[in-house]
Amino acid sequence: MSAAIPLEEIKLVKLSIYRFDPNQDKKPYMQSIEIEVPANKDLMVLDALHLAKEIEPSLSFRRSCREGVCGSDGMNINGKNGLACITPLSEVVKKDKLTLRPMPGLPVIRDLIVDMKQFFDQLEKVQPYLITKSAAPEIERSQTPEEREELDGLYECILCGCCSTSCPSFWWNPDKFLGPAALLQSWRFIADSRDEATEERLDDLEDAFSLYRCHGIMNCVSVCPKGLNPTEAISNIRNKLLTRKN
Amino acid sequence: MKVDEIIKGSDLPVKEFDGIIIGGGGAGMRASLQLAESGLNTAVISKVFPTRSHTVSAQGGITCAIASDDPEDDWRWHMFDTVKGSDYIGDQDAIEYMCQEGPKAIFELEHMGMPFSRTDEGRIYQRPFGGQSKDYGKGGQASRTCAAADRTGHSLLHTLYQANLKAGTNFLNEWFAIDLVLNANNVVVGVIAFEIESGEIFYVKSKATVLATGGAGRIYASTTNALINSGDGIGMALRAGFPVQDIEMWQFHPTGIYGAGTLVTEGCRGEGGYLINKDGERFMERYAPNAKDLASRDVVARSMALEIIEGRGWGPDSDHIKLRLDHLGPGVVHKRLPGITELSKTFAGVDPAVEPIPVVPTCHYMMGGIPTNVHGQVISTKSGKDSIVEGLYAAGEVACVSVHGGNRLGGNSLLDLVVFGRAAGIFIEDTIKQGVDLMEASDSDIDKALSRLNKLNQSKEGYQAHKIKKAMQDNMQMNFGVFRRGDLMENGIKELEQAREQIENLYLEDKSATFNTSRIEAFEAQNLFEVAEATAITANERKESRGAHARDDYPDRDDEEWLKHSIYFSEDKSVSKREVNFKPKQVQAFQPIERTY
Repeated sequence: MSAAIPLEEIKLVKLSIYRFDPNQDKKPYMQSIEIEVPANKDLMVLDALHLAKEIEPSLSFRRSCREGVCGSDGMNINGKNGLACITPLSEVVKKDKLTLRPMPGLPVIRDLIVDMKQFFDQLEKVQPYLITKSAAPEIERSQTPEEREELDGLYECILCGCCSTSCPSFWWNPDKFLGPAALLQSWRFIADSRDEATEERLDDLEDAFSLYRCHGIMNCVSVCPKGLNPTEAISNIRNKLLTRKN
Repeated sequence: MKVDEIIKGSDLPVKEFDGIIIGGGGAGMRASLQLAESGLNTAVISKVFPTRSHTVSAQGGITCAIASDDPEDDWRWHMFDTVKGSDYIGDQDAIEYMCQEGPKAIFELEHMGMPFSRTDEGRIYQRPFGGQSKDYGKGGQASRTCAAADRTGHSLLHTLYQANLKAGTNFLNEWFAIDLVLNANNVVVGVIAFEIESGEIFYVKSKATVLATGGAGRIYASTTNALINSGDGIGMALRAGFPVQDIEMWQFHPTGIYGAGTLVTEGCRGEGGYLINKDGERFMERYAPNAKDLASRDVVARSMALEIIEGRGWGPDSDHIKLRLDHLGPGVVHKRLPGITELSKTFAGVDPAVEPIPVVPTCHYMMGGIPTNVHGQVISTKSGKDSIVEGLYAAGEVACVSVHGGNRLGGNSLLDLVVFGRAAGIFIEDTIKQGVDLMEASDSDIDKALSRLNKLNQSKEGYQAHKIKKAMQDNMQMNFGVFRRGDLMENGIKELEQAREQIENLYLEDKSATFNTSRIEAFEAQNLFEVAEATAITANERKESRGAHARDDYPDRDDEEWLKHSIYFSEDKSVSKREVNFKPKQVQAFQPIERTY
């Protein structure tokens, strides 16, 4: 494992965790919780949170698959968005300290849990489903391996929100700019040889905000836990719009 | 949520629907899609955002005779394999229905946009999987498992979510269902649930309630299952007085990553990977000379456990096996198994294209569950007579229809959930369109379903959920694992009996309303405990070895006594037997023969 520091040195880790319960806290605060990490064992950030919850049962965070495929536990780990369940402590704990905050740019419901409504509303705007007009055959629609390959790097998105909530353009205009996750999905369907609504999809994106607020900052690319490239998807859509004009 | 006083049924706001589906995984969203497309007012109640459901973790594929790899493939061959795989306690009417309807369900998924991998002919790619044969076992290994790389569950779940968005399904996302509401006529008339974000409690009333809550692998200490797999539907059904069937049948997947428990798909062996002991020997050749590493999962898991017991495991404690893929070349590994490459690097620190992956048999799937017919209708049974539970349906892993019997074949769980989620939807649509009135529940019926919540909210002292859960998981792992023995199981049952008082008297320290995950974890621990106890008691009663249930003290299959389903009721902790269906409609039944691979 690519351990930044030798594992046997990690014993006590001081977690600094963003806490906020709207029922009792006037404002958020950072709580320090010290956990004991078994020697010679690398834990994931999610395991550390479970240990912290045993000490402080009111600590709340989302989690499900604990293997990086469900997208529940996106959070801000030492200032960078990522999934708690596939981020090893050995890679992020610096001087026995680790800071955990909710993903930025969305309202906090409680502790590390953000309200994802805006994120999903934007996703729904791109009609994230296959649209066909021709009658379906008795069996599957035909698609060559090369056509299918166009979807690689797109269909794997787990909707964790790490990308959109690290994007300054999304922070400024979360209701108008669709954000990297939704635009990646938009391209996923435009790129699908079976989809028959490319023109409508492009029409919907042709305003000042939906797509064009992307300034190529590329935070989305650097944080995506699945190694996907929303910036490339966005530029593919731009090119498609340009060729259409010409 | 008011926590300082007892919450009364008469005070609750009500939400009304034609159909509600509890659980937003593959089975739930296939059922909801059917209902929403038919114009019925449908809601999915899911404790997580639907694409966080455990279906997302399924990797290798969905097995179905769509005749892409082999134009001669036949659903009857798939049926034969599934019956044999079940060790003959799968219901043959249900298996027949699944294998025959399967292709339709797969093509529908493709039409919805599911990104299957493709063949050069432009068809869906199919890979070899364990226990799959051609020509009723006589024609060699079949390639019948339809795949989207090794992210088939992810692709399927996201596609179903997308299709539900298109169909206008109501999603009650991040809502937790506590207990079923049962009226005086024993009709299920909805569920008590709360919105996790606000803590607001509702009586969700419906003409049809579908349990699609998935499995409960978290009863074991080591499992491939998501943290959310807590058997909520099983808990709800048992508490409402309904039975579970074949709940002792737990699948241990041969290849969970050593230490972490995360799944490594059987597709690895389908693509040509194989298991080696510490001497580098491909030992499955000894245990299953024909199918080798693609023998059925129970057979492979037991063989691995034996290698470890006999000292041929890897590591200082000789406690694991290795899965070799490096000989396939980086091309195959990275193209066909990209997800496995990621998981191996993250959780085992190895690149499978270079080094073998350390693996160990790990709890993976609950073959048993709530008994249903092929329409998803829940069945109760008393003194050998079946009856339909009005208003209640189940589909997917929570249900036991039963297509998996004593051992599920790889790729059959995804098929089960789409075929029977769809079947339940079709049946409910027909039933409601024929005219079903919303049945009433009395305030006391609702109060009953609120009792666990009230008790937890009122708790001033008691036990911590996570501690009791941990002890239970260790107990199940020690005493109800790959190999089982009467005396050990009895010890395990005693331990559970002692913990019963504790699980019913949990202390909820944090009583806040907003997104209180401690409250949810307490309910989940109680549900898990119901599943664990049902498993333990039933496992001890089934005095034979069949499928995944392997007893040292009863090493042989006993068709005289136990070619039967087990039925368990929690009220009196009773175990009885139920007949297995040997009456398929279109083919002759497959009679039990000795099961070799």
